[in-house]
Amino acid sequence: MTWPMMVILILLIISVIFNALGTIGLHRFPDVYTRLHAATKCTTFGTIFMTFTVMAYSIRRYVIMTDGTKFLNMAIHTFVALIALLITNPTGAHAIARAAHKMGIKPEKAVKDDLEDKESEVS
Amino acid sequence: MKRAKAFLSTFLLALFVYLSLTLAAGMPEYSMAPEEPWSQIIWSFEEFVLGISVSLIVASLVDHILCRTEDFRMMNPVRWGIILVYSIPLFIEMAKANLDVAYRIITGKIEPAIVKIEPDLESDLGLTFLANSITLTPGTLTVDIDDKKSEMYIHWIKIGEDPTENIAGRFVKWIRRFAE
Repeated sequence: MTWPMMVILILLIISVIFNALGTIGLHRFPDVYTRLHAATKCTTFGTIFMTFTVMAYSIRRYVIMTDGTKFLNMAIHTFVALIALLITNPTGAHAIARAAHKMGIKPEKAVKDDLEDKESEVS
Repeated sequence: MKRAKAFLSTFLLALFVYLSLTLAAGMPEYSMAPEEPWSQIIWSFEEFVLGISVSLIVASLVDHILCRTEDFRMMNPVRWGIILVYSIPLFIEMAKANLDVAYRIITGKIEPAIVKIEPDLESDLGLTFLANSITLTPGTLTVDIDDKKSEMYIHWIKIGEDPTENIAGRFVKWIRRFAE
């Protein structure tokens, strides 16, 4: 196996491990907030490595092939998808957490809740 | 004058995105007329015409949304360079965060709390960057934000000392360089 393929394989293995951990965390954690931790962090990180894999593979194909510009195109499209992911994933998690708190779902096992104190002061 | 500046910046951004998405479309193996001189450059001539027309339409429709505050500090390319440099410490923090959260997923040792931090940033862009950075890094998740008082409410998976310094301190000094 050549070294570029080794790099691609390592990136792919890291991405699969983190995505799997995120899914396990979704089942193990007790409430919506802690589950969002698993869903936003581990799966975003895993998917970032998956886009890195696609970009490394495309650049490798671009280098070894004479008519490989379509792979350069693919690398750039994947980079745009990565930026969109980095903006939308935390925003979505933030929206879910805020909606959950406004619905009155308390964080389970919480030792401190500043937001609850502030809301009770207002009302 | 402000309207023209807003139009121009939106137009340039739209054109940049269009051209980067259609990169390499002018290379000879894609071109319908490979013997023409313009098919040897990286974009085809048709791609430029279409890109400019689409960007003009987009700029005329949404320039008042993109440049809502009429403050053109983000047109400075140095600030975009700092955003690119900022992605390196952000990535290191994300790697640490993921190892930490992976450890907590396996062992189940959590001590969650919602804490208040006061990052002391004014602009919407800075607060958005900070909220997203916090959500992407160590066991912290932005739940709510009070943008008038610049306060954020963070769900922390393992409560620790001095939340403002420990959660936001690393990012605020970077974000202040490009967003304020």
